[in-house]
Amino acid sequence: MKKLDKNQMAARVARDIPEGSYVNLGIGLPTLVGDHLPKGREIILHSENGILGVGPKPAAGAEDEDLINAGKEPVTLLAGGAYFHHADSFAMIRGRHLDFAILGAFQVSVAGDLANWHTGAPDAIPAVGGAMDLAVGAKKVLVMMEHLTKKGESKIVESCTYPLTGARCVDRIYTALAVIDVKPDGLHVVETVEGLSFEELQRLTGVPLKRLLTAA
Amino acid sequence: MIDKIVASPEAALADVPDGATVMIGGFGNAGMPATLIDALIARGARNLTIVNNNAGNADAGLAALIKAKRVRRILCSFPRQADSWHFDGLYRAGEIALELVPQGTLAERIRAAGAGIGAFYTPTAYGTRLAEGKETRRIDGRDYVLEYPIHADYALIKADRADRWGNLCYRKSARNFGPIMASAARCTVAQVREIAELGSLDPEAVVTPGIFVKRVVKH
Repeated sequence: MKKLDKNQMAARVARDIPEGSYVNLGIGLPTLVGDHLPKGREIILHSENGILGVGPKPAAGAEDEDLINAGKEPVTLLAGGAYFHHADSFAMIRGRHLDFAILGAFQVSVAGDLANWHTGAPDAIPAVGGAMDLAVGAKKVLVMMEHLTKKGESKIVESCTYPLTGARCVDRIYTALAVIDVKPDGLHVVETVEGLSFEELQRLTGVPLKRLLTAA
Repeated sequence: MIDKIVASPEAALADVPDGATVMIGGFGNAGMPATLIDALIARGARNLTIVNNNAGNADAGLAALIKAKRVRRILCSFPRQADSWHFDGLYRAGEIALELVPQGTLAERIRAAGAGIGAFYTPTAYGTRLAEGKETRRIDGRDYVLEYPIHADYALIKADRADRWGNLCYRKSARNFGPIMASAARCTVAQVREIAELGSLDPEAVVTPGIFVKRVVKH
């Protein structure tokens, strides 16, 4: 099978973001989606720290310490972009104004529960940032993650063993192996990577999957 | 004549007592009032409760305040970072208390304090361990968690330009928590790059009106 690498996953997610969308990209893997948005499509990226219209990385030497994204990396502002304070920024998130939040995850459950902020380890220092606000606030929550852990266990689970970020909040999961919709009646496989059969994906995933007619 | 401009950062913070609750603006280093934090360290106040999005980066600013062991308790959304070693060490040693607050809830609790709101219901964190023990309510079929405002004795913030009335203009994403913290503290001190003549700031571009600001320091 042809497992997707990080950039291929980002490109796959980017393909589904329509013109005119307001989108928040989570820290890490989801940030890559910004590099793969189809040229010519106007998509407005939101950053928790008060930016709409986040542009690409600045050229070396052109960084501005007052212009960073939620991951604290230097960014630029597109023409038409705007700045605002934190309460307004989270009003946009919580108030259902964002079309998509694209988030990384440790686990997603069959019911669409999301775990992405805490490993549950007793000695871990917890940090949550804006993840819980994005999980409940965006109109659509898309998760982007590896399908399996490094140990080969499915990250799509019957119920999350890690602490929850949000309950029943995930709409679609993009993994390195498949695209899966979370619906009230269960998980629907939208597509699998080349060379991966539905049966093999089902075997790797462990929890029951439903096959869409368009899936391999 | 109203003149909120104070000669030095030390003078601006000379009355901060032990045990004060101090909001510190900034998101990472963007908008962090480093000069005021250095003055707070010099002031020597102890047992502080700090409100910031993070818990210090590397060795300067808030990290230096934490390293100096002036902070008893911190309210923030994202303490753990690759360069938060001073916080990490004291937290693991049990020498600093942490109240972890989702970022939007942190912002809204600060906003609520400044706006005179007694409490509010938010959907954020419902069903998670950060809502454990909190009052909840179902409103129109959706579940919410009751959250209370965060008031502060002082807010230390960074802006770009100010006039002697305390009107503030910010720069790019350094605005972040500045405007809401300014409204939530009894005494807001702003560190600014430039002092402008009264009347020269575009009133349409003033983000924090001077009513929310007590002291201004040029740095």
